[in-house]
Amino acid sequence: MKTVRLDLSELSVRQLNDYLHHRLASEDVGVVEILNPNGMHNIAVGLDYPIEAHIRGNAGYFIAGMNRQAAVTVYGNVGWSVGENIMSGVVRVRGNASECVAASGHGGLVVIEGDSSSRCGISMKGCDIVVGGSIGHMSGFMAQAGNLVVCGDAGAHLGDSLYEARIYVGGKIHTLGADAREEPMTDDDHAKVAALLKRAGMDISSKNFKRVVSARTLYHWNAEAHQEY
Amino acid sequence: MSSKYLEESSTLDAGALEYIHRAAERGLYEIRGLGAKRKVPTFDDLVFLTASLSRYPLEGYREKCVSKTILGTRYAKRPLELAIPITIAGMSFGALSAHAKEAIGRAATIVGTSTTTGDGGMTAEETLVYQCLPSRYGFNPDDLRRADAIEIVVGQGAKPGGGGLLLGQKVSPRVAAMRALPEGIDQRSACRHPDWTGCDDLTIKIAELREVTDWQVPIYIKIGASRVFNDVKLAIKSGADVVVIDGMQGGTAATQQVFIEHAGIPTLPALREAVEALEEMKMVGKVQIIISGGIRTGADVAKALAMGADAVSIGQAALVALGCNSRHCADGGAHQDVSADYAALGAAPGYCHHCHTGLCPVGITTQEPELEARLDPKEGARRLRNYLNVMNMELVTLARACGKSDVHHLEREDLAALTVEAAAMAKIKLAGTNWIPGLHDVSGSD
Repeated sequence: MKTVRLDLSELSVRQLNDYLHHRLASEDVGVVEILNPNGMHNIAVGLDYPIEAHIRGNAGYFIAGMNRQAAVTVYGNVGWSVGENIMSGVVRVRGNASECVAASGHGGLVVIEGDSSSRCGISMKGCDIVVGGSIGHMSGFMAQAGNLVVCGDAGAHLGDSLYEARIYVGGKIHTLGADAREEPMTDDDHAKVAALLKRAGMDISSKNFKRVVSARTLYHWNAEAHQEY
Repeated sequence: MSSKYLEESSTLDAGALEYIHRAAERGLYEIRGLGAKRKVPTFDDLVFLTASLSRYPLEGYREKCVSKTILGTRYAKRPLELAIPITIAGMSFGALSAHAKEAIGRAATIVGTSTTTGDGGMTAEETLVYQCLPSRYGFNPDDLRRADAIEIVVGQGAKPGGGGLLLGQKVSPRVAAMRALPEGIDQRSACRHPDWTGCDDLTIKIAELREVTDWQVPIYIKIGASRVFNDVKLAIKSGADVVVIDGMQGGTAATQQVFIEHAGIPTLPALREAVEALEEMKMVGKVQIIISGGIRTGADVAKALAMGADAVSIGQAALVALGCNSRHCADGGAHQDVSADYAALGAAPGYCHHCHTGLCPVGITTQEPELEARLDPKEGARRLRNYLNVMNMELVTLARACGKSDVHHLEREDLAALTVEAAAMAKIKLAGTNWIPGLHDVSGSD
C-alpha cells in the first residue's frame, strides 16, 4: 500500500474529499498526508475506508466528521465539532479542540491530547472520547451512550441531562448539570478507564478518576420539579 | 330558572373554565398530537379568478397541464424530480407505526413523490428525504448517502422553538434501539442542534453534508413559521437549496397544547413572507419553497403554488387518508367499528388528537402490535395514493381553468381574497376591489 501526499494549497477541500471518497481502494492507498490545512473546514469528512490520514497543521470545523474505519490524526488544533457523528475508527487531535467534540458520535474513539472547549461529547450515542487536558462547560449534555474520559478538569454543568453515557474525570469538577450525579468507581470502571487511556496512548493511572452518571430523575416527566433540577 | 338568565362569560367561557378546572385538578399542562384547532385565515379565504374573456382556459380533458416538480436546482448535481408538487412531511417511526410508515412509503413511490424520515432514523420502507434533526437519533452517513435529499430541521410549525417529545408508552424496544436510549422513558428531542448554533456555523454544516454526499443531493432547511421573512433569508444565505416553511396549523405527534395553539403564525402569511424573502434576495427559480401546515385539498395546493410555493408538504392529511379519525378500521380484513376505543381515550371519531398516548384506535400512531395490525399497509397505501391523485387532479383542473399548461405557472394575479384578514396576510387583492390592506389605502392607491 502506498502513501499519498495531498496539498491543500494546491487542491480544494472538494477535490481532497472526492479523492478520499472514491480513489483510495483503486489506488491501493494506505496512508494519506494532508498538507497545509490552514484552518479549512470539512477536511476528511465522510471517510469510509481503513486508512491513516495525517493532517499536518491547524484545521477548522467538522474535521473527520462522520468518520467510519479511518484513523485520522490532526497535528495541530481544530475548530468546532471534530469527529462529529463518528461511527467507527479513531480521530486524534495532537493539540486543542474547540466546541462540540464528537457531537452525537455513534462509535469509534476521539482523542484530544490537549484541552477541549465546551459541550465536549454533547449528544454522544456510543462513541468513546478521551481528553488529555480539561473540558469546558456543558460537556456531556444529553449524552446517551459511550464513555467520556477527561484527565484534567471539567467545567460547569457537567453531564447535564445525561442518559446512559458514562463520564470519568481525573481532575476537579466545577459543577454537575441537571440530573447528573457522582458515584463511586467500580472495578469495571477502573478497567474501562485504564483501557481507554491505553488506547489513547496516555500513561495515566485510573486511580483518581471520578465517575459521573445519570441520576435518572428526568427519565419521566415530573410536574412537581418546577425547574428545580 | 329560564335559560335567558344563564349568560356565558366571554372571558371565562366553557373552554376556559374546562382548562382552569383541569389545570387545577391535575397540576399538568395538556400534551396532545396533531395541529392547531383554532380558526385562522387559510387558503379557504382565497378564490381563483379563472379564465373568461380576459384569460384563455385550457380544455379540461384534452389539453395537458404539467405537474412535474423539480426541487434543489441551486447546488445539487441531482435535483429531486417529482411527478406532483405534493410531498409527504417528516413523520418518525416511533411517532408512527411501522405499518403507517410502510403505507406512506409505498404510496409516495407509486405516485412519484417524496416521503421524509422524521426523528429516529430511516426505516427500510422508505427512501428520499432524510432529516438531520437536533436529536440525531439514528443519524448515520450510510442513510445520508442513500437519500435523495437532506432536510436540516430547525423547527416545525406546531412548536417553533420547541424540541420533540416521545412519551414512554411509545418507546418500544425497536424504537429505543433506533434511538440508542432505554425502553419506556420519556424521550426528549433537543430543540437545538448539537454541532452548530448560528447561521455562520450552519453554512459550514451544510458544506459538511454536501462534502459527505459529494454535492449530489439537495439540502433543505425546514423552519417553523414565526419570523419567516428573516429566517428564509438566513436559510438562503446559509446555502439551502430548498426552504420548507411549516405554518402553525402543522401537526406533531406530541407537544404542549400551549405551543400548538399559541406559537407561530398561520401558513397563509408564512408563505407570503417566504416568497417576499426569496424575491428580495433575487432567488426566485434558484431556491425552491415548500409550504406545509394545514394543506388538505387540491385547491389548497393550487393556491399555495399561485402564491409562489414550488411544492407543498402534507402530514396530518396523509394520516387522515390512512384512516386517522375514522370510525372504522380494517382489522385483519374485517371492517370493525372502533368507536369504543376512541371513547376509552376520552375522544371520538373526528375529534381525536391522542397520538401521544400510543393507543391510536386505527393503528397509525402506535407501537402496540395489536393496534398496528388494524392498519394494512397495502390498503393504507391504496387510500393515500388515491388521495394524492385526487389532490393533483384538482390542482391541474384549477390550473387549466386559469389558462396554465403548467401548475407552476399559477400566479398571485390569479387569486382574490374573500376577507380583509386574508387579503392583508396574503397580500392578495380583496375580491371586487383593488385593495390590499397594509399595502394600499382603501382607494387602492399605494
